[in-house]
Amino acid sequence: MTESATVVQAVEATNAAGDVGEARSLGADAWRALRKKPLFWVSLVLITIFVLMAIWPSLFTNTDPDHAVLRQARERPNANAWFGRDIQGYDIYSRVVYGARASILVGVLTTTFTVLLGGAIGTLAAYAGGWVDALVSRVTDIFFAVPLLLGAILFMAATQPRGKPYFVIILLVVTAISILGWPSLARLMRSSVMQVLPNDYVQAARALGASPWRIIRKHIIPNAMGPLIVVSTINLGAYIAAEATLSFLGIGLQPPVISWGVSISDAIVGLRTTPHMLAFPSLFLSLTVLAFIMLGDAIRDAFDPKTR
Amino acid sequence: MGKYIIRRLLQMIPVIIGTTFLIFYMVFALPGDPTAGKCGERPCPAAYVAKYRAEHNLDDPMPIRYAKYVAKTATGDLGTNRYGVKVTEDLKKRYVVTGKLALMAVAVEVVIGIAAGILSGIRKGRFIDNLVLVSTLFVISIPVFVIGALCQYFLGVKWGLFPVTVSAKPTLYELFMPAFVLGSLSIAYVARLTRTNLVENLRADYVRTAIAKGLSRKRAVGLHALRNSMIPVITFVGFDFGGLLGGAIVTERIFNIQGIGGYIFRSIYNRDGVAVVGAVTALVIVYLLVNLLVDLLYGVLDPRISHD
Repeated sequence: MTESATVVQAVEATNAAGDVGEARSLGADAWRALRKKPLFWVSLVLITIFVLMAIWPSLFTNTDPDHAVLRQARERPNANAWFGRDIQGYDIYSRVVYGARASILVGVLTTTFTVLLGGAIGTLAAYAGGWVDALVSRVTDIFFAVPLLLGAILFMAATQPRGKPYFVIILLVVTAISILGWPSLARLMRSSVMQVLPNDYVQAARALGASPWRIIRKHIIPNAMGPLIVVSTINLGAYIAAEATLSFLGIGLQPPVISWGVSISDAIVGLRTTPHMLAFPSLFLSLTVLAFIMLGDAIRDAFDPKTR
Repeated sequence: MGKYIIRRLLQMIPVIIGTTFLIFYMVFALPGDPTAGKCGERPCPAAYVAKYRAEHNLDDPMPIRYAKYVAKTATGDLGTNRYGVKVTEDLKKRYVVTGKLALMAVAVEVVIGIAAGILSGIRKGRFIDNLVLVSTLFVISIPVFVIGALCQYFLGVKWGLFPVTVSAKPTLYELFMPAFVLGSLSIAYVARLTRTNLVENLRADYVRTAIAKGLSRKRAVGLHALRNSMIPVITFVGFDFGGLLGGAIVTERIFNIQGIGGYIFRSIYNRDGVAVVGAVTALVIVYLLVNLLVDLLYGVLDPRISHD
């Protein structure tokens, strides 16, 4: 509660004092604090690398990830194949580089959908109030009560991803996680909009005759977005892990799609004899999740004056 | 208090109905013929198919089918699964196992998580604090199936400290490692939540007053600050219990535990709708009841919160 309030104030301050030169607003303060944090820069660099990997994997490797050398299957890391080869004789380094795309896509798209859906529904519930709020909150409860993993498994089983094209499968995974991921963000947005609503500037805008749409767009959303952004940065990492879990259970992405989850799930049986096959995809997956969580943590700390 | 509980219980009804309808709809949207393969290596006789479809109301439109299902469920009859076994019997057996596992995971997360949170909270900025923060980040970023496989290999196979897999009637000792794996992610969250709240409360006036009055630091932290820091932690643990029951799928799979997660997973694959809906309904009811319990606990922790 207090945390979100401070973030709201921080965002508020940025907007209010955006064009004042001398006085430092809370937002500028936060940026100043953020700039000095090594963790922030580390996570930013990691995220940049992984996003680049997702967009242009050929920047990082010349090896074709689908080129199998069966004679060298399960080879340990060596000068030719830096991360070794897997059971099919694929070069693990290039598989890991090409696998970034699936994870990053799932993470970014799911975050976008859940933020849009959860943010819109939460704002609507809080702004409309009354029976709309009661109804929307019950609907949110219904989706919230279904465990994420179970619902996703059910959804994936119902839509039969096997054999469909790459982007369709990715979109299915994204939809499965989004359907059950939005309620927590809707609750968060609802409570943070409720904190913004009684403020004087909202009343003033209403008194001046601004339309509800304008009040929501210009006054409420900019001031209530703070907590949503922080939590969804952290969630992005969690969604990537959820995608890998679905792949591990055999219902997310499927070979021949290259993804970290698929590689890990293939390699986990050989934990004892070929640990390198498991170690590298897991390492990259963990680093990506870690980078997003650290970024979210750093932003939250920077905007919270109490932790300084 | 009594009034509050009754109101909450009544509010649960629409949520339960909505959630079960959602699950019901998704399960029966699963493609495939439920009578396929029921009669061995030949198609089922038309008379049998007709009888089966009539018994399961397969020819009715979805809302009527759902209404018939609810009417049957209200009498305590969850139907029989694909193998002709009563779903209630299956659930009884399976829920004992998963319930035990989830309760142990909650115990692990509460004990270790709160202890770590307190240690790092009262020594903010020191070595132990950084150690807890870094190690929790680390745990959060590794997918649970990798943690599970690593624990199984090192603690189970290599060092022989714990049994590698779990028998059909598991003992507490057998379930300890799976419970630890299942709760590992939550340990990290509980530790961070406890730390954040404790740090905030330690700076509060009432703690300063308590110390000024001459209370020992132990008493001021343990009795005053900690009790007030527990509300968000209890909320998290309450939400998490439902997630643990549903999320046990992965852990149950790794350690071969005959629990509810595996049951639901297999039933989805067998197109065994009756079993899936029954199992998930039970899960949702448990989840809602636990959250009611948590809300009642608030009053115990903080007498200012009353439910009258």
